[in-house]
This record gives sequence, C-alpha cells and structure tokens, in this order.
Amino acid sequence: MFNRPHLAVFVALLALFGALLIVGCNPDNPQSILDAKGPVAQRQLDLYWIIFWMALFVFVVVGGGLLYTVIRFRRRPGQGIPAQVHGNTKLEIGWTVVPAIMLAVIAVPTVISQFYISNAPSGDQLQINVTAHQWWWEVQYPDSGVVTANELHVPVGMTVSVELTSADVLHSFWVPKLAGKMDIFPGKTTSMWFRADEVGEYFGQCAEFCGESHAWMRFRVITDTPEDFEAWTASQLAQAAKPATPEATAGAGLFLSKACIQCHSTTPGVPTAGFPYPAPNLTHFGGRTTMAAGIMEMNAANLREWLSDPNEVKPGNIMAKEARAYTDPASALSSDDIDNLVAYLQGLR
Amino acid sequence: MASIAGVFRRPTHPAGVWGWITTVDHKKIGALYGVTAFFFFMVGGLEALVMRIQLARAGQDVVSPEVFSQLFTMHALTMIFLGVMPLSAAFFNLIVPLMIGARDVAFPRLNAFSYWLFLFGAIVLQSGWLLGGSPNTGWFAYAPLTSNSFSPGNGMEFYIVGLGVLGISSVAAALNFIVTIINMRAPGMTLMRMPVFIWMTLITSFLLITAFPVITVGLIELYFDRTFGMNFFNAAAGGDVVLWQHLFWFFGHPEVYILILPAMGIVSEVLPTFSRKPLFGYEVVVLSGIIIGFMGWAVWSHHMFTVGLGPIANSVFALTTMFIAIPTGVKIFNWIATMWGGSISFKTPLLFSVGFIAMFIIGGLSGVMHSIAPSDAQQQDTYFVVAHIHYVLFGGSLFAIFSGIYYWFPKATGRMLDDRIGQVNFWLTMIGFNLAFFPMHFLGLDGMPRRQYTYSSDMGWDIWNFVSTIGGLILGVAVLVFLFNFFLSLRKGEIAGNDPWDGRTLEWSISSPPPEYNFATIPTVHGRDAFWEEKYGHGGKVPAGVSPEEGHQGGIHMPSPSYLPLIASLGLSIAAYGLIYSFAVSVVGAVIALAAIYGWALEPAAEPAGRES
Repeated sequence: MFNRPHLAVFVALLALFGALLIVGCNPDNPQSILDAKGPVAQRQLDLYWIIFWMALFVFVVVGGGLLYTVIRFRRRPGQGIPAQVHGNTKLEIGWTVVPAIMLAVIAVPTVISQFYISNAPSGDQLQINVTAHQWWWEVQYPDSGVVTANELHVPVGMTVSVELTSADVLHSFWVPKLAGKMDIFPGKTTSMWFRADEVGEYFGQCAEFCGESHAWMRFRVITDTPEDFEAWTASQLAQAAKPATPEATAGAGLFLSKACIQCHSTTPGVPTAGFPYPAPNLTHFGGRTTMAAGIMEMNAANLREWLSDPNEVKPGNIMAKEARAYTDPASALSSDDIDNLVAYLQGLR
Repeated sequence: MASIAGVFRRPTHPAGVWGWITTVDHKKIGALYGVTAFFFFMVGGLEALVMRIQLARAGQDVVSPEVFSQLFTMHALTMIFLGVMPLSAAFFNLIVPLMIGARDVAFPRLNAFSYWLFLFGAIVLQSGWLLGGSPNTGWFAYAPLTSNSFSPGNGMEFYIVGLGVLGISSVAAALNFIVTIINMRAPGMTLMRMPVFIWMTLITSFLLITAFPVITVGLIELYFDRTFGMNFFNAAAGGDVVLWQHLFWFFGHPEVYILILPAMGIVSEVLPTFSRKPLFGYEVVVLSGIIIGFMGWAVWSHHMFTVGLGPIANSVFALTTMFIAIPTGVKIFNWIATMWGGSISFKTPLLFSVGFIAMFIIGGLSGVMHSIAPSDAQQQDTYFVVAHIHYVLFGGSLFAIFSGIYYWFPKATGRMLDDRIGQVNFWLTMIGFNLAFFPMHFLGLDGMPRRQYTYSSDMGWDIWNFVSTIGGLILGVAVLVFLFNFFLSLRKGEIAGNDPWDGRTLEWSISSPPPEYNFATIPTVHGRDAFWEEKYGHGGKVPAGVSPEEGHQGGIHMPSPSYLPLIASLGLSIAAYGLIYSFAVSVVGAVIALAAIYGWALEPAAEPAGRES
C-alpha cells in the first residue's frame, strides 16, 4: 500500500505528532514522570515510551484511515447507491489478529516489569516506615530509631524499602521521579521500594483523595551522599537544641504553656506525643527544608503565616480545629507570641 | 367492577400535563427521560465549569475545598447516573419498540414506574445541595473516608439512598427491555436480523441487572456501618476497607460498558444510514459487543493496580484488560469499513458519529496505556486518567448521544434539527472538547493528581489548566448552541416526513412523529435493514393500514394510562428519605408504595367504558 513518498509522509506525520505530544510536557517540572531518577521510575518510563509509540503508530494509521475514508468516499452529486458490501472474513481475521499480536508483544515486558517493581532486590536495604495522616507523613527509620515527618532522607544509590500504613483514611505514596504510587490503608501495611541514583530533592504527594486538604499533603525525598546521610542520622538522634535567644526561650515556654507539646513531641525517636491527637515530631523541625507537609519553604515568614491561621494554609487540619491556641480565645497567640514561637521552632535543628 | 371503580378507575385520555403524568406510552416516556437527563447533563456541566474556573490558575479561591469536593463527587454522579445513563434510556424507550416493529414495551406501566423512580432518585441524590451538604468523597467513595467519623452529616446518605433508588429504576427498566426485545420483535426479525442498536440495548440491559445488585450490596453494607454501627469497612474492628473497592469496581467496570455500549449501538445505526451501505461485519460487531459485555466482569481490578494486590493479580488484570482492546478495535475497524466505499453524507448525525470514532480511538489507546499495570502506577489517580475517562465518556458516549439526538429528533418530533446550526454545534463541541481534555494528558504526565481543589504555581501546571478551562467554556457555548437549535427546530424546523435520511430500519417506515400505536399493522421482516430492503428491492412490503383480523377485534388495543406507577415510585422515594431521617416515614412510604402496587395489580386493563382505536 505504501510507496516510498507515502512512507516518508507517514514517518514525518508520526514524528510531528510525537513531537507535539512530547513538548506538551516539561520533564523539568518537579513531579514529571518523564524524568526518571531511579530504576523503578525508569522501568515504568521505559514501558510508557514503548506503549506511547505503539499507541501513536496505531492512532496515525487508524485515525489516518478514518480521515482518508470520510474524504475519499464523501457523497458526490448524482451518485447512485454504492455496492452493498456486508463484510469480509479475511479482513475480520486480520484486524483481530494484528492487534492481538501487538498486545502480546507489550504484555511480555508488562509482566516482567510488574514483578520487578513489586519485589525489592535483595542485598543492602534501608528500611523506612511511613504512617500517613490527614494531611502529613510520619516517617520512622526502624534500624537507627530516627523519627521525622514529611521529609525522607535516603542515601543515594541504596535500595529503600518503604512500609506504609495509615492512621485514618486512604492515602497514596507517590514520588513521580523515583517510583509510581502505592496506596496506603488503615489496618494493614503495603510496601514498595525505590532507589535514587542522583543526589537531589524529589517532590512527592499523596495521590489518593483523602479529604479536604488532599491538595496540601505533599512531601520530599532528599537523597544524600552516604557520608551526609550518616551525619543526618546522627543529628536526628541528638537531643533538641536549647533555645539560643531570649525570643526562642520565650517561645519554648509558650510551646509548653499553650499545650503544643501534648501532641508535638520534641524528644528524638518518639513518633508523636499523641495526646489527644497524633502530630509531627518537631525535635529537629528547624532543620527541615519545607514545612506543613512539603507545601511551603521553611522560613520565618511562612512559619508566621502558618501559626497565625493554620486553617487558611491547610483547610480542615486538626491543629486549627482542636489546638487550644486556636479554639480558646483566652489562649490565642498574640503577634509577639507568634514571633517567639517562630524563633523557637526555627532554632530546633 | 363498578363497586371498586372509584379506586381503580384508569384515567381516560387526560390532556396536557396529566397526559404526561399518567402516560405509559414509550415515546412520551422516552421524551421525559431525554428532557430530564439533558437537564441533569447541564447541571453536571455547570458543576464542571465551576471546577474548571477554580483550577484556571494556581491558588484561586473561587470555591472552598469542601465545596470543591462536593462538586467533583456530584459532577461524576450526575453525569453518569443522571446524564449519560438516562440519555441512553431515552433512546431505548424512544427507539427500541419502533425498531423491532412493536407497539410498546412489554410492561408499559413498569416503564412509567422506571422513569418516575429515576426522577425521584435524582432528586434524592441532588438534595444534599439544599439539605446540608452533598456527598464529598469522590464518586467511588473509598472507605473509610465515607464513615461517620470522616463524613459526618447526611451527604453519604444521599449517595447511598439516591444510588439505591436509581438502581431499582435501572433494573426495572432493564428487565422491561430484555423482555421486550426477546418477546416482542416483529415476525421474521430473528436475533441475527436485529439492528445493532437493539443488540447493544440487550447487552446493556443484561449488564444492568447483573451489575446493580453488586453495588447495592456495597451500599447496604455502608448504610449499616453508618446507621447501625456495623463494621464492614472499619479496619479497627476487623473490617476491610479494600472490600468496598472490590464491590464498587465489580459494579463500576461493567458500568463503564453500560455507558458506552448504547453509544456504540447508535453509531452502528448512523454510519450505515449516512454511508448508504449496510454495517460491515454485522456478526462480528454483535459478537464483539457480547465479548466486551462479558469481559467487563473480568477487569475490575485494573482500577486497583496501586492497591498492592501483588504482581500476579496485577499481571492477570493487565492481560484481561489488554484483551478487551481486541473486540473494541474490531468494532472501530468495522465502522471505518462500513464507510469505505460508501456514499457519505456529511449531515450533523454523521459528523458526531465520526467524531465519536476519532475521540474513542484516543480514549481507547490511553485505555490500553492504563492496562500496562507497572507504568499505570505512575498514571493512576492523575489527570491522565481524567483525560482518559472523558475521551471515552464524553468523546465516546456523549458524542454518540448527540449523534443520536440529531438522527432521531425528526422521528420523535416530526421536524428536522437545523443542520447548519448542527454543524456549528459539532465543531464547537469538537474544539472545546479537545482543548478541555487533551491538555489533561500533559497535566497527568507532569504529575498533577486528580481531585485537588488548587495547586501551587511552582508545579508547572498553570498553562494547561488555563487552556483546559478555556476548552470547558467553549463546550458550555456548544451546549447553548444545541439548546438554541433544539427549541428553534421544535417550533420552526423543516417538516421531516417519514424517512428524511433514507433510513434502513423499521422506525423510518412510519409517520413522524409515529402514531400512539406505532404500526397500524405489525410488519413482517424478511432480512436485516428491513425498511431499506423494502425500498430497494429484496424484502417484502411493510404493510400500511390496520390488518383485517385486528379490525374484527375492535381495532388496535393500546394500554391505558395509569397514575399508579407514579404513586408507587413516589411511595418508594418517601421510604428512601425515611431511611435518612426517620424510619417512621419509611413505613408510611412503604405502605403507599405497596398500596399502589396492589392497585396496579388489580387495575382493569382498560377504562371501564372500553375504547375505540
């Protein structure tokens, strides 16, 4: 059917469509799945490109066939009744068998890759346990005893095995550049693995609708060199820094008197003070790069915004609904209180 | 009879609004379905537009996150259960008896009951907007977000009870169409001579009666959890949250085919008519429809590829899902082959049907992409999936439904929809649709999860969201153009005549609009495309006038109108509200419904005076 010029036009068309589709996405975007930085995401991306080009090929052939048909066979003036063709068995067999073969071809890497991403490779592994909460992530390193929140530090090049569970509703753990999603359930654990091949900071986000502030349940995976990771682990196991300025000292007092400490632990290795609600461990809070579950940069202005009106930043969150500072007008935070708390929290490194 | 006539007298030819309320005529019920469903389609569209405006730029505050959650939940429920499904039902009602040469459906009063129950179920489902909050957990309502602790208020009750009522309506309607199609075909119309639209209606109806019981089990369990403190989905007490997902998608995937198979039926009628060629590979198209319906039961876990069911389950469901691409592809090839060598007339119905094929190719291919379980773990729950479902449900189902409206409007009303406005309608829809939904593929690949009420500008999602919103607004204009055309043509449209498109099936052999009894004499069918065969040579004549036998029996007997279906469905709806607010009300509603059904059973077949044809 194709002579050489036709083939050239076809290839050019395919390339043009492909180019148009590809420039629609920007791999530099922080959550682009087209910019794999680890073997799991790379496997998924490789599969994606295979099926992408197959799908594009089918689209150009079938869509082109459709377009050609409706143009070529448009009704012309004076045209009579066309031949009443009812079918053709050879054609039917052909367009059943050809797609079946194409699907069989893609099925092989599909199954192989499914087993690859479902089973973490044996050998040296870092174990991390993540508990998802509405709308933040509790992160525990069972081997070292480190407890933190919303930021996972991992050594570059090492297989990381993540055990996931939820304290409330469904969530889903997703770091697009490192690995696809794994859903998270209350009452059971699921697990996934990834490895980061480059030092860097990777965006993650909850991908299963989990209530009002689902949009604001993000996190980061930060990959360190093995030495940096050692140092980070040691720093996380250290006691919280003592307040260094008068403001910070006042802030430390407020942290007690406003009952922040009932939920937020400042003791290393303790997941959450937890009374009456679970909340992130803040022992080394000031050392994190982001706050409020990966949604804002860690700095004084953002901390101020958060403490002034947490419900504005993250609608429906428990602190805004239940903490004494926001429910009891007598305990409300003054502007000075907030400055002092900011100084204290930033000093927790 | 006279002693109970006061209670059981059937209304006699009421005029005006009472004529509509008591009607059991399948054509009038079809019109009621169509108008009601199109109203809800616009409601769902408005909900979508509010969301698109909220998402047009990063960090907007047009609606609160709580309202946004209700909007995306209700948008899906409205479009699926109150828009596309009943629009398909409108075609079933309007067209099935006409196409098979029958005078009505098998159970005319049950048909009226289905419509009224659909209307009341829709009101129950929507009543959250006025009664303190709509459901806000997404249309698939994953436990335990649906429990009392995370969803206080009555939002989930409107979901449970509304879907339950709509389920009864759908099952009643589906049983009616199964019996109608199997028993009431004109003499000579064997199964393999049925128009493909009838086949797709039959398959859809079987899916409806088998799928809805599954979701009903889930809904009852959820209702028991919320109302009686049971623990089906309470993990802390040993319940299983994943159980809901299995129940939901075991219903939910057949539901997808309930939405698309009628559309495939419509396209299979429109393409032959406007190409003046019979459907290519009729047997294969029918068989692939049956295979799609059957395989719809074997793929539900592809909605659950990230649940952690393990590599074996994921691989199996990946393969079964890929398998479905084969019969679906076969249909597309046969549609194109139908047009190949034809004499294609570019009227609006054909444009929408060709648009359907083109958009469905894209939606089908992205569907195959989703079947690749390992890479789907990246696409799951992102805008890539949102793009996919809209390419199959809007680019698919709704394009075909618009095609069907333009195609059968002349038969239903006796007037043509204006074709020039129709062309504008089509191109605006095509452009708006692709602008609104194609960029969502990019957003998904750029890592934007679905169901977030806003996003921050450092994510790189601004531009495509903005483009998508523009597309959504153009789609809104396209719907307004359609409405304008509809009302204009209803009053001033060109008179259609019996057979404006040179049609192939029996409905075009009778007047437009058809008389109440449809066929004066039931036609005898001698082959596929019965009416075309009569016109162009081979088949027997479709008879005109009343047959002598019926003339001797006092003319054509048609079922009389009745108000009891309305009362029965009203009683059930009162009982449904009672499940939300007070069981005492439920008892009252159930008594009304039972009394109405009792009266229905005893109602004389015709009004006491008898009647002439």
